[in-house]
Amino acid sequence: MALQDKYKELIDTANSSGVSNLQVREQDGVLYVDGDAPSGSAKDNLWNIYNKIDPDFRAGDLVLNVNVGGAVDGGKLKVVTESSNLNIRKGPGTDQPIVGKAGHNEIVTLVNKTSDQWYLIRTDGGAEGYAYAQYLQPA
Amino acid sequence: MKKNWLKNLAVLGTAVIISLTIASCGPKDADVQSAAATALAGDPTTSALQVSVKGGVATISGECKDDACKVSSENVVKGIKGVKQVVNNVTVAPPPPPLPPAAPVTISPDDNLSKMVTDAIKDNAGVMASVKDGVVTLTGEIKRADLPKLMQKVQSLKPKKVENKLTIK
Repeated sequence: MALQDKYKELIDTANSSGVSNLQVREQDGVLYVDGDAPSGSAKDNLWNIYNKIDPDFRAGDLVLNVNVGGAVDGGKLKVVTESSNLNIRKGPGTDQPIVGKAGHNEIVTLVNKTSDQWYLIRTDGGAEGYAYAQYLQPA
Repeated sequence: MKKNWLKNLAVLGTAVIISLTIASCGPKDADVQSAAATALAGDPTTSALQVSVKGGVATISGECKDDACKVSSENVVKGIKGVKQVVNNVTVAPPPPPLPPAAPVTISPDDNLSKMVTDAIKDNAGVMASVKDGVVTLTGEIKRADLPKLMQKVQSLKPKKVENKLTIK
């Protein structure tokens, strides 16, 4: 319970900001928080609180896995890289050849979610392949 | 003889009047009921119960969350002036079903985790990672501004733990 106290503000905010499927478990000295955030800003807010409670994420006592839910096959995704283009690859892995690029803030179409990490996407320009899911959010 | 009979009737009649008068001196059922209801309402655990009084017999009904509440409701009503007897028809709510067990924590197997970590740190030149028993250890250097995004990527891979030993530039 001690970790739930330490990260109480984070858990309370997750509840109040509409994170769905929220799961909070403590196991072997690590707190695991999973769920689907309603928006990118709600997710960023949780990470800001995490960084405030545990500066620079040094403690290693929390695994925060809250991702922006709501992406559906055929839906639109926005490329949320820092500033660069997003690589589109032939297969799901950074060892796979690059077959195209999607620009920063470009809107692409989700073909399907191959895994939690890799989405098969298509650009309006016709490029199709796998991109890293952490750089994509429902548009 | 006729006079005696009349006398007896008069005595009986007087007795009836006296006994009726005595009975009506006790608290009225409606007043007792009202006092009992007020007493029950004063305690949040018994405030949802109902009580009715007839001939000094108080009947409590409704649902309590536990036995203690049922017993205390009876004691409260017994203590009301004018209550001769209590019929306790309070039912006790069944205990709530136990909470569903939390989904177990999923930890990615090392070989899968290693591959996913390689993908996750690919955009951060200078960052290295090792994986052992589900624990991801990050070493090397990173800019503070890039750290949250990297941690978001690594913590979404279902590791057991993330040890951040990065030097922040």
